[in-house]
Amino acid sequence: MLEKLLTGPKRYYLWLLFLVCVIAACAVAYSVQLMTGLGVTGMNRDVSWGLYISQFTYFVGVAASAVMLVLPAYFHHYVKFKRMIIFGEFMAVAAVCMCALFIVVDLGQPQRMANVMLHPTPNSVMFYDMIVLIGYLCLNIIIGWVTLEAERLQVEPPKWIKPLVYLSIIWAFSIHTVTAFLYAGVPGRHYWLTAIMAARFLSSAFCSGPAILLLLLFIVRRLTGFDPGKDAIKTLATIIVYAMCINVFFYLCELFTAFYSNIPGHMEPIHFLFYGHGGEFAWVSYWMWAAVVMAFASLAILIPPQTRTGKLLPLALIMLVLASWIDKGLGLLIGGFTPNMYESITPYMPTCTEITVAIGVYAIGALVLSLLWKIALGVKRDVNNFCD
Amino acid sequence: MYNTRPVCIGIVILVIVLSAPFWVGIFGTNYTKTGITKPTQESCVEDTAFMRAQHMRLLNEWRDQALRNENRNYVAKNGKTWEISLQNTCMRCHTDYKGFCEKCHISNSVSPYCWTCHIIPTEGK
Amino acid sequence: MNTNRRKFLKVAGLSAFALTSGLAQVALPETANAQLAPGGYGNSPKSLHAKRWAMVIDTRLFKSADDYKPLIQACHHAHNVPDIPGNKNIQWLWVDTYDHVFPDDMNEHMSAKIKGTVFPLLCNHCTNPPCVRVCPTQATYKMADGIVAMDYHRCIGCRFCMAGCPYGARSFNFFDPRKFMAEPTNPRFPTRMIGVVEKCTFCAERLAQGLLPACVEASNGKILFGDLNDPNSSVRKALAENYSIRRKPNLGTQPGVYYLI
Repeated sequence: MLEKLLTGPKRYYLWLLFLVCVIAACAVAYSVQLMTGLGVTGMNRDVSWGLYISQFTYFVGVAASAVMLVLPAYFHHYVKFKRMIIFGEFMAVAAVCMCALFIVVDLGQPQRMANVMLHPTPNSVMFYDMIVLIGYLCLNIIIGWVTLEAERLQVEPPKWIKPLVYLSIIWAFSIHTVTAFLYAGVPGRHYWLTAIMAARFLSSAFCSGPAILLLLLFIVRRLTGFDPGKDAIKTLATIIVYAMCINVFFYLCELFTAFYSNIPGHMEPIHFLFYGHGGEFAWVSYWMWAAVVMAFASLAILIPPQTRTGKLLPLALIMLVLASWIDKGLGLLIGGFTPNMYESITPYMPTCTEITVAIGVYAIGALVLSLLWKIALGVKRDVNNFCD
Repeated sequence: MYNTRPVCIGIVILVIVLSAPFWVGIFGTNYTKTGITKPTQESCVEDTAFMRAQHMRLLNEWRDQALRNENRNYVAKNGKTWEISLQNTCMRCHTDYKGFCEKCHISNSVSPYCWTCHIIPTEGK
Repeated sequence: MNTNRRKFLKVAGLSAFALTSGLAQVALPETANAQLAPGGYGNSPKSLHAKRWAMVIDTRLFKSADDYKPLIQACHHAHNVPDIPGNKNIQWLWVDTYDHVFPDDMNEHMSAKIKGTVFPLLCNHCTNPPCVRVCPTQATYKMADGIVAMDYHRCIGCRFCMAGCPYGARSFNFFDPRKFMAEPTNPRFPTRMIGVVEKCTFCAERLAQGLLPACVEASNGKILFGDLNDPNSSVRKALAENYSIRRKPNLGTQPGVYYLI
């Protein structure tokens, strides 16, 4: 199936060339970071994790979200998802690659990375995170490739793939749960010390991941004519709106517990995120309010069935993705480290180098995704499973 | 088979080129010694052959024993006791970093990074 | 393909995988732990031992931040701790105000004496250290005598321990530390390298030589250091006779550093 990569219109090659150029440029920023150290980032003694780890967390969610297609298709035999399931699986592969890279660029001594395997430490959540991510990557590559191959040959997928699919469904929940446990298990970080962290992570993943998938498929539809199917889009939009409602509900639960209990440690991070410190908004406060507005605006469009699949759907999805990204990709880490261990404020803002490196990882993810989807689209076209 | 001659000659040349390092190693006469300056003391912690082959592994073991098991003394085979410390024990005799450690590491093309943390004696004085 | 050949390839493939992967090591654990050195290991008769090292700081005897300066200097001097300006600095021992050191004690009406003074901070060498719990490589670990130690050789710089430590006791080398020192202040102790986490070690290297920690030595008796499990030790006596507090005790970490207030 790899031969599908070798044919394509000019704009396909231009897109790949563009991505490679972006990756090369960002690699320069990473080499600067390697040589001068993580001092080039905005992280500091009190805010010791930043943009990299938050992006890692966000993309674990994107990876896990493939289950929102796999689960209805395999557990409930919802056949209308079958056409686009492969895109969800391949998006998960790209997302896990990005996760791994975000961890690598965050390490102070990346050449010692193998120590995690050489000295396996079962009491560290990071150890399990490594295992579940590698496992999920393998599962999705195997399942995606084998089912696509079967589709190309127009035969039923082999029987042994079924147990792997069921395993991948449970596994998807586990990767984001374990990632939540990275945060929810450390004492003294009030914003993270919450039992619904894993549930919040999963709900935000199950709305934002499928939303990203749908948006990307809309672009693909415009470029290639591949149509995921009207009913499939409708069902997925419904799943997204349920997940987003639960996500917002969980966040409101956090607000209630923090503010009704009136425990300062629980209130302070949330207060900082939305109102800043000492009467002055922090830069993240503007983002947080924007997230609030976009979250509710997207719900306003997505909840009424008339507008859910109408012209405004892409706009609603974009707002939903941005809102969830701000919540998980900015607020989670900054809220966790502010106030710091001395209940005072140490500001954090990503530097240009940090953002450039992150863009580089995004570009690598886009490259992996483009190549995998190119294969999938080629196969779908060959077997006339391209549009209704 | 077509082009038997060129193919055979090609295979022979390939085998010779790939195995060249072995032939040079076995029959070459101008093997240059590393030319390290040996310290003046008679013997190291263990005998020279062991140290030459195993010093890096021994240092790793020393590190784990000292840091993790609080065993900061090493009793050598000959009964002599040494404090486990690269900087304060090894480097007390092996004072010539450039002439001893570096020279041998360079000729063996290894680049250990002990010295990003551990202080080379002349540097500290 | 012939069935036998297929079977053979399956077995061969699996065995090759087992041999090259960690399975081989699991099956043969004794080879992994064999000692290399022909000699033996032990510790020096001079070295100090305890079942659980602990520190008692009599903050009543320190009048101002200046009183802590010689201690901080002794510590940072002994361990080649660089002086990096800004918030990417390295700190093993430092001072801060009461409301930052004991943030759980939210009393607006503290005595003027406490409001006006500072308190020293260092690694608490907890009985239940969260940093050890979260470290994915055992680069930080708890020793039998209660000291939470670091192996800088193994640290991958993931900084999970910094997120895990509720006391802010850990510093990350955002830069090459040697760039921030003209010359290492203590030629008998190593520096650290870029990209690893470091912290106070209760001077494990000095205890091995029979010396008390550098800050204790420089404090002229204002800081006590001893075995918490020994009822006759100086620390136990001081704790029995005085009112003491610890930082964030409600987190269950059981800090080994006590403050007499």
